[in-house]
Formats: sequence, C-alpha cells, structure tokens
Amino acid sequence: MATLRTRLQRINPLWWQIGLLVVALLLPLPLGDYYRSVLWRTALYIMLGLSLHIIVGYAGLFQLGHAAFYALGAYTTALLNIYLGVPVLLTFPLAILVAALFGYLITRPILHLRGDYLCIVTIAFGEVVRLALVNNMFGITGGANGLSGIDRPVLLGLAIRQPIYHYYMVLLFLVFTIFAVRRLENSRLGRAWMYVREDEVAAEAMGIDTTRAKLLAFIIGSGWAGLAGSLYAAKITVVSPDQAKFLESVIMFCIVVLGGTGSIPGVFVGTLGMVTLPELSRALKEWRDAWLGLAMVTMMIARPEGLWPSRRIRMEIRAAKEEAMAAPASGD
Amino acid sequence: MQFAQQLTQQIVNGITIGAFYALVALGYTMVYGVLKLINFAHGDLFMWGAYLGLTGVSAALVLLGGTTPWVILPVVVLVMVTVALAGVLVERVAYRPLRSAGRLAPVISALGVAFILESLARNVYGASWKTYPPGLTPSGGLILPGNVRVSVMQIVVLVVSFLLMAGLYLFVHRTRIGTAMRAVSIDHDISRLMGIDVDRIIMIVFLIGPGLGGVAGMIVALYYGSFDFTLGWVFGLKAFIAAILGGIGNIPGAMLGGMILGIVETLGAGYISPQWKDVIAYAILILILIFRPTGLLGERVAEKL
Repeated sequence: MATLRTRLQRINPLWWQIGLLVVALLLPLPLGDYYRSVLWRTALYIMLGLSLHIIVGYAGLFQLGHAAFYALGAYTTALLNIYLGVPVLLTFPLAILVAALFGYLITRPILHLRGDYLCIVTIAFGEVVRLALVNNMFGITGGANGLSGIDRPVLLGLAIRQPIYHYYMVLLFLVFTIFAVRRLENSRLGRAWMYVREDEVAAEAMGIDTTRAKLLAFIIGSGWAGLAGSLYAAKITVVSPDQAKFLESVIMFCIVVLGGTGSIPGVFVGTLGMVTLPELSRALKEWRDAWLGLAMVTMMIARPEGLWPSRRIRMEIRAAKEEAMAAPASGD
Repeated sequence: MQFAQQLTQQIVNGITIGAFYALVALGYTMVYGVLKLINFAHGDLFMWGAYLGLTGVSAALVLLGGTTPWVILPVVVLVMVTVALAGVLVERVAYRPLRSAGRLAPVISALGVAFILESLARNVYGASWKTYPPGLTPSGGLILPGNVRVSVMQIVVLVVSFLLMAGLYLFVHRTRIGTAMRAVSIDHDISRLMGIDVDRIIMIVFLIGPGLGGVAGMIVALYYGSFDFTLGWVFGLKAFIAAILGGIGNIPGAMLGGMILGIVETLGAGYISPQWKDVIAYAILILILIFRPTGLLGERVAEKL
C-alpha cells in the first residue's frame, strides 16, 4: 500500500487537476436535468465555501452571517436587471462591488472582536440583512416573496437556459476562483492572513497591519459570495430573503470547518457532505438540520481538524492536543 | 394622558416579556460563567420545554378526562426535571469531551446540538403551529389607576419569574454549592486545588440553567397561546442578547438585561414598527459589543475579547 501511495504522490499534481477538470466537464453529459442541477448547486456551494474559506480558513475570523453577502449579490443582480434592464452578465461586477462594500461597512466596526463574540455579531448582522429584505426596505426588495422575473443571461446573442450551460458557467467561474484563491494563499497577503490566524499579537509585532489584513479578508470573501449570489439569480431567476437565512450561513461555515479548515480540497469534501448528499437523498433532506448538527458534534469530538485538513492546521491541532495531554486538562 | 396611559401599558407588557428573556438568559449566563461557552443549544432546550409541556398537559387531560388548570403544576415540575436532565446529557455528550479543545470547537458542537434538537422537534411534532388546550391559563385582569390593564396571567408570570430568580440568586450567593459555582467560574484549576469537584459543579449548572429554561418555555407557550419549532432559535438568540446586555456571566445582569430588552423591544414595536422589533434587538447586541463588550453590569475582564 505504501508504495502505491508514494507512487501516487510522485505524480505531478497538475495531472490530478487536469483529470479532475475533465471529469467535471464530462460528468453532466450522461445525466438528466435534475442531476445536472445538483451538479450546478454543488459547484456553486464550492464557490461559496471558497469565499468563506478566505475569511474562516485563512484569516481565522469566525463569520456566521456569510449568507447575507450571497443574498446581497443575488439582489443586486435582480434589482439592476428588473428595474433598470441591465443585462444579467453585466450586473456581475456590480454585485461583487456591492457585496464587497457591505462587507467593508459591516465588518469595519467589529474587527476588534474575537472568537465567539465575532460569531455572535456576524449572526446578528446576517439576521438584520435578512429582516431588512423581508420588511421590504425602501419598497424595492419585494418583501418575503422576493423578486422574480430576472432575464436569462445572454452570451453572444444566445440565452443561457438549460441547467448544463449554467453548470458550465459556474464551473468556469469556479476554476478561476480556485486559481485565484491558490494565488492568494501564497501571496504576501495570504501569508499575513495565516500569521494573523496563528497569533495576532505576534503578527502585529512583526509589522503586519492586522486590521488591514482582516478587512481585506472580509472584503474579498464577501465580494466573492456576491458573485455566487449573482450566478444563483441568473439560473433560478428568482431571489428571496431565504438566501440570507441563518441555516445557509451555517451550511457554508460547516463546508469550511468540517471539510478541513484552511484547505481547498476540504471545501470540496465539505460541500459533498453538506450539500450534495442531502440533495441526493430524500431522507437526508428531511433530516438535513439534524444531519448537519450530528456532523458538527461528532467531527468536533472525533476529528476537529476536518476531513481533509491542510497540513499546517493538522499539525497545529495535534500539537495542541499533546500539550493538553501533557498538562492536566483545564477548562480555562 | 392618552400617551402616558399607552406608554405605561407598553412598559407593563414589556416587563412581562422581559421576565421571560431574563429566565432564559440566566441559563446562558450561568453556562458562560463556568465554561466560557455560548450554549447555543439552550434556546432549543427551552423550546423543548414548550413541546414537552404540551404533551404532558394533553396526556394529563386525557387521563383525567376534563379540563382543570391544576394539571399544570405537576406538568411544570415534570418538564423542569426532564429538560434539566436533557441539559446534563447534552453537556456530558457534546461539551465535556471538548473541555480542553480550545474555545471554538465547543461553540460549533453547541450549534450542532441546537440543530439536532430543532430538527427533532420539527420531525416529531410537525412544522405547524401548536396550541395549548384552552382554559388552562387564568383569565381576567386588573385595571390599575390610569387605565392600565394587567392580566392575571401577567401577574402570575411575573411572580413566578421573580420567585425563581430570587431563589437562584440566594442559591448562588448563600450556599456552599453556589460559592463553589462562583469559584469555578473564576478558575477551574484553583477551584480543584481548593477541593471543589469541578465536573459536579458544571453538572449542577447544566441542571439549573436548562431546568429554568424548560419552565420558561412552557410558560411562554401558555402566555402566547401558540408556538412552533422556530421558537427556540428566535427567543434563544434574544435571551442571549439580554445576557450580553447585562454582562455575560453575571446573574443580576441577566435579569436586568432581560427587562431592558423586553421593554425596549415592546416600545420599539409600539412606536416604531412591529416588523422591525427583532432588528432593534440585534442592533442593541451590535452596539453593546462594539462599545461596551462587558455589558452593563459586567466586571472588567482581563482577557481580550
């Protein structure tokens, strides 16, 4: 077994990626429209997971209201298209900007909070955004029913209607997202994020502008969620406040944390478990909340580093565990 | 005159709701005190109190074959015990293995328990609104000077809540176990050196907090008449806001926070718009965490938030 493993590891990772992409391109061809839509949803949530992964995985900031930005992106597309007639594809950049701007405005005053306090405030902000949409703020968001009748995106004179083309569109953006997130990870900013996550005080002492690093994580992550929201609006053609529900935020959070904090393959695994599986099994769909909860509790107890963790996080958690074992356990 | 009468009426209603928030907030604040954990499952234990109370009352009425308000008393005690035991079970299964795993893992575990409890309630009892059988709550009321109405139910709610809270306050400040509880909330290791059984104290906290929460769930459901499975999340989050507002870990703070939140929310619903009632509560949370994270009565904590 060990030899097979080393052999597999010796293969250039580029081949794995090309292979995965070919599978992703061919997979929908033999499937029906329902399963193509499931694939579309999977790809969309991987993108959402990656957008939150920047905030939670790299910078270590506990954002539990991420769905708000997803909804803001979707509503930006809907509002621009329905009221002003802007073509759907052209609304994408604006949706990113709006979500990123809100990401800045909302997180700027709460950056100094840590851990569970940050969790709670982000939950509150998420709920405020949802309630503002439900209460039909400014009279343009359509209340609890949301907005419907968004145009189909048009590319080179052709309207994109079928699930398979929507899947390919999301896949295109997803490939770009993965590329960008990996470049970010290895950039100066990415290293700063991880430094902030490991030890904020030490990072500051080393001359990292921690406020700027954290803000940028929120802005980039929020903007990216906005793009995912636009992609959603383009396929479903209806947006509703349900997109900003707390459950959505928890699903995204679970994708990142249970998949493996700080690792991109972890986001894939997390999405399969949190989104694709419940989509495929009816029983699991009815009990999805319980399934989510059970996964959260058992993973925290049995495998806190996630299913496919980054090497750095795994070593960290193991070291912390050994330390805790060496010293008598203490609650605080 | 009209204005003053309306204002007083709103405040009376606000105090009643505030008493509920305070009862639930006590559970959050006590657990946070000893474990530094936001027990997200608390709101759903509270909701289970409402559902179990409904089952208990319905079963008792079928057995006795009639309607008598007195069945409520044994059912309340039963609900209190059951929810308290459920609280201990949750702590044993989902929190104790994570005692030394940092601060995030237990929070995620608590969220997980909340989702399990909510999903269970929805699948067992269904997603529709539930109503307690009629004739259980006292009707009628008093008219105070200035034409302010106070219903008998409101008086019962207030008396019961204040008795429970006063009892808890005396328990925490006048008994040996209460003293041990306060010691544990300051430092686990030193408490252990002083001969305190920390695990036992934490277990007692998880008996009292969810026990009070379960009773509150049943009274809230009786007061409003109907409820559904989202009760735990909405009410739980607000009660948590009350706990933060008063200063988390501080028992009188939870009572004060609950009252203030209840009054502000009712006034906001009356004078601004009922639709924005929840937003007011969240805005209070956001403002308090930005400007005074220790809450109104919270002591200066040395650790950075």
